[in-house]
Amino acid sequence: MPKHPETLPGPAGAMPGPGSGPGPEGLDARLVVDRGSFHLDVALTAAPGDVVALLGPNGAGKTTALRALAGLAPLTAGHLRLDGADLHRTPPESRPVGVVFQDYLLFPHLTALDNVAFGPRCRGAGKAEARARAAAWLDRMGLSEHAGARPRHLSGGQAQRVALARALATHPRLLLLDEPLAALDARTRLEVRARLRRHLAAFEAVAVLVTHDPLDAMVLADRLVVVERGRIVQEGTPSDIARHPRTEYIAQLVGLNLYRGQGDGHTVRLDAGPAVSTTEDLSGPVFVAFPPGAVTLHRDRPTGSSARNLWRCAVAGLETHGDQIRAELTGELSLAADLTTVAAAELDLHPGAPVWAAVKATQTHAYPA
Amino acid sequence: MTTGAETPRKARPRPPGRGVPLALLAPALVGLAFLLVPLLALLLRAPWRSLPEQLTSPEVWEALRLSLFCATAATALSLVVGVPLAWLLARTDFPGRGLLRALVTLPLVLPPVVGGVALLLALGRNGVVGQWLDAWFGVTLPFTTAGVVLAETFVAMPFLVISVEGTLRAADPRFEEAAATLGASRFTAFRRVTLPLIAPGIAAGAVLAWARALGEFGATITFAGNFPGRTQTMPLAVYLALQNDPAAAIALSLVLLAVSIAVLAGLRDRWMRTV
Repeated sequence: MPKHPETLPGPAGAMPGPGSGPGPEGLDARLVVDRGSFHLDVALTAAPGDVVALLGPNGAGKTTALRALAGLAPLTAGHLRLDGADLHRTPPESRPVGVVFQDYLLFPHLTALDNVAFGPRCRGAGKAEARARAAAWLDRMGLSEHAGARPRHLSGGQAQRVALARALATHPRLLLLDEPLAALDARTRLEVRARLRRHLAAFEAVAVLVTHDPLDAMVLADRLVVVERGRIVQEGTPSDIARHPRTEYIAQLVGLNLYRGQGDGHTVRLDAGPAVSTTEDLSGPVFVAFPPGAVTLHRDRPTGSSARNLWRCAVAGLETHGDQIRAELTGELSLAADLTTVAAAELDLHPGAPVWAAVKATQTHAYPA
Repeated sequence: MTTGAETPRKARPRPPGRGVPLALLAPALVGLAFLLVPLLALLLRAPWRSLPEQLTSPEVWEALRLSLFCATAATALSLVVGVPLAWLLARTDFPGRGLLRALVTLPLVLPPVVGGVALLLALGRNGVVGQWLDAWFGVTLPFTTAGVVLAETFVAMPFLVISVEGTLRAADPRFEEAAATLGASRFTAFRRVTLPLIAPGIAAGAVLAWARALGEFGATITFAGNFPGRTQTMPLAVYLALQNDPAAAIALSLVLLAVSIAVLAGLRDRWMRTV
């Protein structure tokens, strides 16, 4: 599965239109689920070999979308086609879909081997054949020596691999992963993520994973679909989304300051108040983004600055990120700024301290909204 | 009876000056005595010397054998139809489910004699269903061993259904979903995933139902009568023996008491764990 090179450097978030679907091969779905006040409407297309991440805050509807794909939640409307076959009315047990659940849901009364053999058994394989296939899958996952272990004796990372093997053992044409790394502690996570990435890269059909962790999404997926409040707000390659976030949520995820405004030549008048000088020449509704590292802080108003954006702010909060400090600022403009601990000490930063925040026009990035 | 793992009794530290008020202690002790003295009396008046002889008499043996067979058969019957019924109540949603659940539990509170009368009206020779059984298959259920099994099932099955349904409700239904995504039909998921997961609940319900069936008196004597060797189970034999051979009645009672204590011991991990 080729990791998409950055093929879409152009205007931000170019959403694949309905015409750019993958044809009969792969996934073509529009998932509409109405449940009381919650409304989900998400269109998803993916070609075999694609790894798509549904990224969004909790309660955005990601898991509902996943359950709809698996057939565990009924669609109110829309369609669901996989490799050309209509699955809309197909019960979950008849769909060529494998699911890795958030807490894995390994059957506690079965050994790792029998957990993996469960799928092949249900799909018609004989007992010996199913077990042989399960053993091969466990071997691929590096779990041969744990074949006889019950789930409660497996570590989090091992259980995750057993769950993945169990889902893959039925040769699904669509693999669904619900928060595949959420149940793991930070240290295991790193290793499991790298391993999962290799397995997903080797998977020949469509994989859709749901996560609220942008790092997981960017490492594991070729394409991100950002869902907020039941709707897709942005779709694209990880790098595309990182450079052109279209909502505050995404900007926060990727660590950007993001504002909406009206472009007028090299100036953007922000909806939030002040104007920002940019290098781009745009008119009409635009986004302006700049990374927290591009912000410089000053105790006194800096002089002789050309094409510099300057705002009077106050420190609202300070957070340590490694050897960096991220300062949350309020005032003329709310923004985040990164600086070294030394610089923070020299500036005598503390909550409530007044500062001047400056950003060079060349460090900002404006793009049409 | 408690040869297994005994939980160490921890002396609970009591805050100073907070004794048990007499107004609660006195009635509590009366209640305790009321429950224990009859059992004690049974042990005190037991004809210990002639007990081996009593217990090996063919009448006792016959009644015990019949009781064990009928209670076990009733439990098996309850399992075969009661577990699916519990699944239906716990895992599906249909109009009138609440009412159905209430009706299933009715035999729990219904006087067993009423159950026996109802069974007669349903399955008796002229009963609503029984007349057809008689006419078409030549099957007569009242006053037969099969009748005993049915009477005991009627009274005991609700215990099993309630126990299994509770366990099913506590079990995570997402395991069934996981099974479905692996290609298991709902029945396969039930058989290979749900059933093993709720096995402890089923076992507990079965023991409870078995104990209830073993002690069943009212429905049995009403529906199946009291024929030695055919329908005379232990409780019936005890009642009869009390009229003409009290020593035998006490001996039989001791056997039933021993069985009850054994059941309680088997279930102590489940129901006797104090909070």
